[in-house]
Amino acid sequence: MSKISTNDVEYVASLAQLELDAAAKERLVQEMGEILAYMDKLNELDTANVEPMMHAMEMTNVFREDVVESSISRETALQNAPVHDGQYFIVPRILEGDEA
Amino acid sequence: MTAWHEKTAHEIRDLVRRGEVTAVEVTKSYLDRIAAVESKVDAYTQVWSDYALEQAAAVDGRVRRGEDPGQMAGVPIALKEVLCTQHGFTTCASKILEGFRSPYDATVVRKLAQAGAVFLGKVNMDEFAMGSSTENSAIKTTRNPWNLRCVPGGSSGGSAAAVAADMCAVSLGSDTGGSIRQPACLCGCVGIKPTYGRVSRYGLVAFASSLDQIGPLTKDVQDAALTLSVICGKDPLDATSADLPAPDFTQALTGDIRGLRVGMPRECFTEALGPEMREKVVTAIDVLRQQGAEVVEVSLPHSEYAIAVYYIICTAEASANLARFDGVRYGFRHPDVKDVREMYVKSKSAAFGPEVKRRIMLGTYVLSSGYYDAYYLKAQKVRRLIKEDFDRAFEQCDIIATPTSPTPAFEFGAKTADPLEMYLSDIYTISTNLATLPGISLPCGLCASGLPAAIQLMARPFDEATLLRAAHCYEQNSGIQMGKPPIA
Repeated sequence: MSKISTNDVEYVASLAQLELDAAAKERLVQEMGEILAYMDKLNELDTANVEPMMHAMEMTNVFREDVVESSISRETALQNAPVHDGQYFIVPRILEGDEA
Repeated sequence: MTAWHEKTAHEIRDLVRRGEVTAVEVTKSYLDRIAAVESKVDAYTQVWSDYALEQAAAVDGRVRRGEDPGQMAGVPIALKEVLCTQHGFTTCASKILEGFRSPYDATVVRKLAQAGAVFLGKVNMDEFAMGSSTENSAIKTTRNPWNLRCVPGGSSGGSAAAVAADMCAVSLGSDTGGSIRQPACLCGCVGIKPTYGRVSRYGLVAFASSLDQIGPLTKDVQDAALTLSVICGKDPLDATSADLPAPDFTQALTGDIRGLRVGMPRECFTEALGPEMREKVVTAIDVLRQQGAEVVEVSLPHSEYAIAVYYIICTAEASANLARFDGVRYGFRHPDVKDVREMYVKSKSAAFGPEVKRRIMLGTYVLSSGYYDAYYLKAQKVRRLIKEDFDRAFEQCDIIATPTSPTPAFEFGAKTADPLEMYLSDIYTISTNLATLPGISLPCGLCASGLPAAIQLMARPFDEATLLRAAHCYEQNSGIQMGKPPIA
């Protein structure tokens, strides 16, 4: 039996903001099942006393002087936006209710 | 006389600086070469002919006026699609970034431009650098110049194919689990992944932030040392870049490796390695021995867990990094949506390719409530065990030598049906990323099939000098003539 079910795949897809057709779901049940089963190999190791390696480099608090530097213009910031009005990024309405 | 496009970067640089050839002549030679072979190799996603000639003319102007034209004067370079450039587009070979114009240049791009390099354009890759064959590109299929029925490797497949086919002097790639070294191996060129933190990641579109590094693919080791010297160093725009001096690595290429200890990890020379690849790599290690290195056996006992650790950590980080492609500030937005949630879902679902979706799904799963400890935390713990294996091995040796790839280039479609089998292509390269080490892939001959084989060398963190010295010594004494790939 696969490590994960169609329900699991649907739940993870909703977390990941993906919508999958039936064929893709079926494929992922099998592929993710195999890959996760392979990953279970890690359970052979006792890691109770091992500190997780949270960072690639053990460095903390990289500071710089608190000086304002130049940044990109509004026009440049908006140049790649799918929809904008020259001032703001435009997205579909989020809050319910009548036009303000 | 050798055509300009067959010369190395340091040869071009010296000739341009001395005024013996103009950067414009060199650039034209490369553009002609691209025009001649691109239809066979399909390495380039964008060729910037006019812009390249403008940059070259500016270099020539500096030479004429007696100004310093820089350490990469007139060297034609190809950039992986994952590197941000104000010129042209930055697509990550994904439909989701089709038409994206970066508002800024990556730090490596800025540094190369300041050093007088000439950008020829951008080259193909697996979508968001996820893959080992460049078959996951949403743009085109790049072929291996040594055999057009074979993949160039990945994810920096366009970078490797372009160098191998003399369509650029140097290319930049990125390496998260082997994406510079494995294609360099499959295409017969040199590829180095620097130590994590050596090169700024500013302007490298993030895949797995604790593993990604930018590095050069080149025709020889001297070019790798030269390019790395130009692009490395602390960058205020990347907090994870190391605060260390940016040395001139070409000074390390002394040819003298007497007394250097070279470790052969017994776990990398098992039955799993085919006899032909093994013979090539063992012969290459013998060259180092003949040059005065001492070869010792070392052990990396947790090697067999590296792929599992890697595909948990890289997918987890990828799922977080790729959440930004939400169709708001840049990238594709699905035209037919009724609310914000649907905008996210439909945009991502329509524009990400299957491998990217698979990794987002895996990463989301291993980070999800109830599985975080079992997968992600566990992987971070085993990552430390892998790093400690290397710490112990480097008490007994200065360099570790392994194959780069278990096999030479494979045919299109050979591994696409089984993602796990494709993931196993990275078996020798991913440990260096997990342990943050520098690694280099060097051509070490041709297999009977006519395809290149390669040896991988690794060194202690931030010891690229020793790594490049050993690599250069091997290259100068191997007696191997790789020749040129058999494309017209």
